[in-house]
Amino acid sequence: MSKTLFEKIWDRHVVKTLPDGSALLYIDRHLVHEVTSPQAFEGLRLAGRKVRRPDLTFATMDHNVPTDQQTVIRDPVSKAQVEALRQNCRDFGVPLYDLEHESQGIVHIIGPELGLTLPGTTIVCGDSHTATHGAFGTLAFGIGTSEVEHVLATQTLRQKKPKTFKVEFTGRLPRGVTSKDMILKLIGQIGTAGGTGYVLEYAGSAVSALSMEARMTICNMSIEAGARAGMIAPDETTFNYIASESRPFAPQGAALDKAAAFWKTLPSDPGAAYDRTLALHAADIAPQVTWGTSPGMVGDVTGVVPAPGQVPGYGARDVEQALAYMGLTPGTPMTDIRVDTVFIGSCTNGRIEDLRKAAAILKGRKAAKNVRVMVVPGSAPVRRQAMAEGLDKIFIEAGAEWRYAGCSMCLAMNPDQLKPGERCAATSNRNFEGRQGKGGRTHLCSPEMAAWAAVEGHFVDIREKNG
Amino acid sequence: MKAFTTHRGIVAPLDNANVDTDQIIPKQFLKSIKRTGFGEALFFDWRYLPDGRPNPEFVLNAPAYRGASILVTRNNFGCGSSREHAVWAVRQYGFRAVIAPWQPRGETRVPAFADIFHNNCVQNGLLAVELSEAEVEEIFQMVARFPGLEATVDLDEQRIVLHLPEEIAFHFSIDAGVKEHLRHGLDAIGLTLQHEQDIAAFEKSHDVQMAR
Ligand code: SF4
Repeated sequence: MSKTLFEKIWDRHVVKTLPDGSALLYIDRHLVHEVTSPQAFEGLRLAGRKVRRPDLTFATMDHNVPTDQQTVIRDPVSKAQVEALRQNCRDFGVPLYDLEHESQGIVHIIGPELGLTLPGTTIVCGDSHTATHGAFGTLAFGIGTSEVEHVLATQTLRQKKPKTFKVEFTGRLPRGVTSKDMILKLIGQIGTAGGTGYVLEYAGSAVSALSMEARMTICNMSIEAGARAGMIAPDETTFNYIASESRPFAPQGAALDKAAAFWKTLPSDPGAAYDRTLALHAADIAPQVTWGTSPGMVGDVTGVVPAPGQVPGYGARDVEQALAYMGLTPGTPMTDIRVDTVFIGSCTNGRIEDLRKAAAILKGRKAAKNVRVMVVPGSAPVRRQAMAEGLDKIFIEAGAEWRYAGCSMCLAMNPDQLKPGERCAATSNRNFEGRQGKGGRTHLCSPEMAAWAAVEGHFVDIREKNG
Repeated sequence: MKAFTTHRGIVAPLDNANVDTDQIIPKQFLKSIKRTGFGEALFFDWRYLPDGRPNPEFVLNAPAYRGASILVTRNNFGCGSSREHAVWAVRQYGFRAVIAPWQPRGETRVPAFADIFHNNCVQNGLLAVELSEAEVEEIFQMVARFPGLEATVDLDEQRIVLHLPEEIAFHFSIDAGVKEHLRHGLDAIGLTLQHEQDIAAFEKSHDVQMAR
């Protein structure tokens, strides 16, 4: 029988079908961070349980960490949370990529870097952007803290089988249009609940043409479309990424060849059936910018801020409320929206390729007056690589702040926050009210769009710009 | 986990769609390493004024809804992050059930609740009830006419009754596994550990490196 990529991985990981029809699913890698794990470890302690497979569990610190320097956390509450993770990792024998570790970084950036993210495996983490890892042909999804505790104790999860949804991007992307625009366009089209209950599979020539970094950006935002997981079939691009650098947890040498032979069997079979399918023409996609407080409130940079009642999928009141919060008037051209801050980073767009693209634009240019630009690499290795290439100098000369690795202003849990009313072009994934700081106004876009917004002080159609 | 069988309480209306977990509980409260103390922070940015006083405009601060334990809201409730703190906050504020509408899409339904949020509800004995848009609209209208209206949510019968002079009842459907879990307040880890031998046997033949 023809199977999809998702079904092949799912079937290999079912330990047992439970009486209620759900599956007991085996988890190959469990990634842990400081925010969603303390109560899970506490639960284990109270029940006198152990971590079943500390060798398959990997912890890092990312959400609370400072990015102005690397190691000193001034907020006592953040510090206590980070301390709790240290203590839990010691007590339960879980390896920890602590603040000083050379591989520290945002959990979804370091997984692939370390070679933990491999095709055909299952990965979970107490974090909704775990879908990022699906770019490797991995079944990866976010879970809540009770489920974190369940995986720690049993290395399995009780799961209902989700439905499958194939999204095909046909043709080629125009110049200046990125994978960030592909996923924002999709969310605008199907809505933020459009993928709920499904695993998305992104396919088509415009997806195959993407680098691993760009694929991760798409899969990352599957949750913004409501889907817990998004996947892309592994191919030569995937294998090259895994083999290209030292990835301590990836198979090497003969083992890698053997693994690659297996990975080649993973792509969906011709004729495999999906519960839902959708095709989008890549050539029709324009650079996207969000104008509201939900990732589905998004439009072409060439468009205008819409009026209540004109937005498919959102009620007039929701749009009114969003525009009031964002301080925007219907009919305003997107390119008239001025920004105070530009944030380049996060697990969506904080990888080396993203920084290279932003740097190519900022090189020899200056950020507009009164625009604060923060560049926050997604991991310590990304930071080192960028510095080896001299990107840090380009950013600093352009007037940007060059930071240490962490989640930073993506959710503003550390001191990196917008002030009330401040407007930000952000390469992250959520534009919810208060996401980047109470009263802060977020416009999601690609790193290239953010870099040009930094230079011009407002959004521009980057297709009209040269390099 | 507390078992859920039937519950009677005041219905509070939250007339917003796509209420995200950042709204349900903002990030500053995620720094806690405890499982309690989140009720105070529920809907923090809506509920309190910048000086810390309750915002009189926010619906849960209205006297009629004091002590409310059933929340009725719009579609895609709980979207956004996986933070279980959101469910802890809803639950610890005192809500036992949340009602929201599924939406039609062709032959199928778009679920009323975001996926991870829904799973987290099940783990914490919070009943997430899906009704049609028309039914939810009717509840909103009845609550507007009779603020402080009480309802009974009966999980066994899968029924919601609005206690009006002339009672109105709605039937809801629910996944059988979820229903069992809530009715008995089951400990999922304990249940799974009963299959310990199966897990151990699976591990013997399963290669986590290549997953084959
Ligand atoms: S970068 Fe943002 S979205 Fe990604 S893990 Fe950190 S807080 Fe979550």
